[in-house]
Amino acid sequence: MPVKGISRDELLHVAGIARLKLTGEEIELFSKQVSDIIEWFKELSKIKTAGVKPSFHALETINVTREDKAGECFSKEQVFSNTDNKEKGFFKGPRIV
Amino acid sequence: MNAVEFISKARRGEIDLKRFYRQLFSKLHDINDKYECFITICRDEALKQLKNLPRGRLYGLPVSVKDALCTKGIKTTAGSRILGDYTPPFDSTAVARIKAEGGVIIGKTCMDEFGFGGFSTNCAYKVPKNPHDLERSCGGSSGGAGCITSVLDEPHIAIGESTGGSITSPASFCGVCGFTPTYGRVSRYGLIDYANSLDKIGPMAKTVREIALMLKVISGHDLKDQTSRMEKVPDYARTGSVKGLRIGIPREYFKDVPDDISNTVWKAVKELESMGARVKNVSLKTTKYSLPAYYVTAMCEASTNLARLCGMRYSLEAPLKGNFNEYFSKIRSKGFGQEAKRRIILGTYARMSGYRDKYYLQALKVRTLIIRDFKQAFKTCDLLAAPSMPVIAPRFDEIEKLSPLENYLMDILTVAPNLAGIPMLSVPCGKVNGLPVGLHLMADHLEEQKLINAGVAYHG
Repeated sequence: MPVKGISRDELLHVAGIARLKLTGEEIELFSKQVSDIIEWFKELSKIKTAGVKPSFHALETINVTREDKAGECFSKEQVFSNTDNKEKGFFKGPRIV
Repeated sequence: MNAVEFISKARRGEIDLKRFYRQLFSKLHDINDKYECFITICRDEALKQLKNLPRGRLYGLPVSVKDALCTKGIKTTAGSRILGDYTPPFDSTAVARIKAEGGVIIGKTCMDEFGFGGFSTNCAYKVPKNPHDLERSCGGSSGGAGCITSVLDEPHIAIGESTGGSITSPASFCGVCGFTPTYGRVSRYGLIDYANSLDKIGPMAKTVREIALMLKVISGHDLKDQTSRMEKVPDYARTGSVKGLRIGIPREYFKDVPDDISNTVWKAVKELESMGARVKNVSLKTTKYSLPAYYVTAMCEASTNLARLCGMRYSLEAPLKGNFNEYFSKIRSKGFGQEAKRRIILGTYARMSGYRDKYYLQALKVRTLIIRDFKQAFKTCDLLAAPSMPVIAPRFDEIEKLSPLENYLMDILTVAPNLAGIPMLSVPCGKVNGLPVGLHLMADHLEEQKLINAGVAYHG
């Protein structure tokens, strides 16, 4: 029988992609809740949309460009004002390799 | 005294602003102890603003701001622990425009984390209490804004924000006016996004006249927001009239609403009719699909927006131990609340290869049909009228028992107009069991003036 909504393994896989480490309690709770919501999302398949274009925005948007002219920008001090992880004018991040 | 009268007096020098603000802040702290509507009260910053206040259209007016909008030098959390120590080095465009017109920022109001909720119970800091009954919710996600607007006697306008109904819901539950402008009418620059294609900043106040005043100040094109509209902003005349206005009643919006709420709203519609409006029935057939279409769209956008919060540059941090996967996961798992995690997971799932067409693109196609439905209705109507919310403010113990899905279903009357990006106004129209009920008026894109005309005529 196919799994309704989402399996435990799939839930952990999606959480991993989203960089979330779930606690045991959260896995328990989310398995049912997320499954119920995914089942509900399936309602959408009942509506015929052949030939209908998706609306990424409600109103038409146009590409806006500005003149290539230097303007005001943040000072170095402002840019780094919300982090302790900085060094010599750079942001410090975790190890990549 | 309302905001319009207060500003006139202040500009004539008839109000001692320093004295006014000293008294106001002492009162705000007492209010906050009782109702918990502010995450931050910014007395020092406000008093500093008074020293060099522009004599503009909002001269001296107290303005509260939802904590999703960046305020220079004032902590901005969006109701989340992950932004608990974030102090923006810049003002959002809406806030900058308010300050440039002499508005004084008094505090940052409570909200559901990133706007993820309809009752303001999902905040990492405080839960605002409804001024009509402390055991009940203020609505959400701009619950703090609704609360302070209702409870404060002094002149004041609040800035809220709506993605799927977050201005209408607290306006309805707290018995105040709430205005959600056309998508793009107000710049989103400096707003901590929930869902880019849905977020709209708008004013909340006791009267529609005050809303019109604030709407004029914050509206207009902004080069910093590519989606902001270029159309000229009208002056938003504040003389109310509904004579000859065609008001459509979408039958689907009354279908599952309890009789006492429905009757209260109908009474308001009859009043508008007696003032000269013409009322007719209309149908918005896609209504029942609007909820899943909205939640898929909003969660997909939210999951990408929140990807930037990972413990680098700003947001919650820790010593840099482990590889990037371990570090980012550690910060995000600690910083986000449960509803944020749920939405990130659902949004990531609906965008994954194999599911994207089935959920995300299908939701956006349904959105097209919803927009068409509204456009069709506006061919024969100037406004649509419906109840703002299908319930009166629920008790906290009732909310606790709701599953996440049952929570989402409460948004049935607000998500479709939000998906369509049309402007809407909620005005108080009576009470049921002593609690406020809202009349929801909706108009076609950029037809804010029609809403203001009707709102002023009905409510003032």
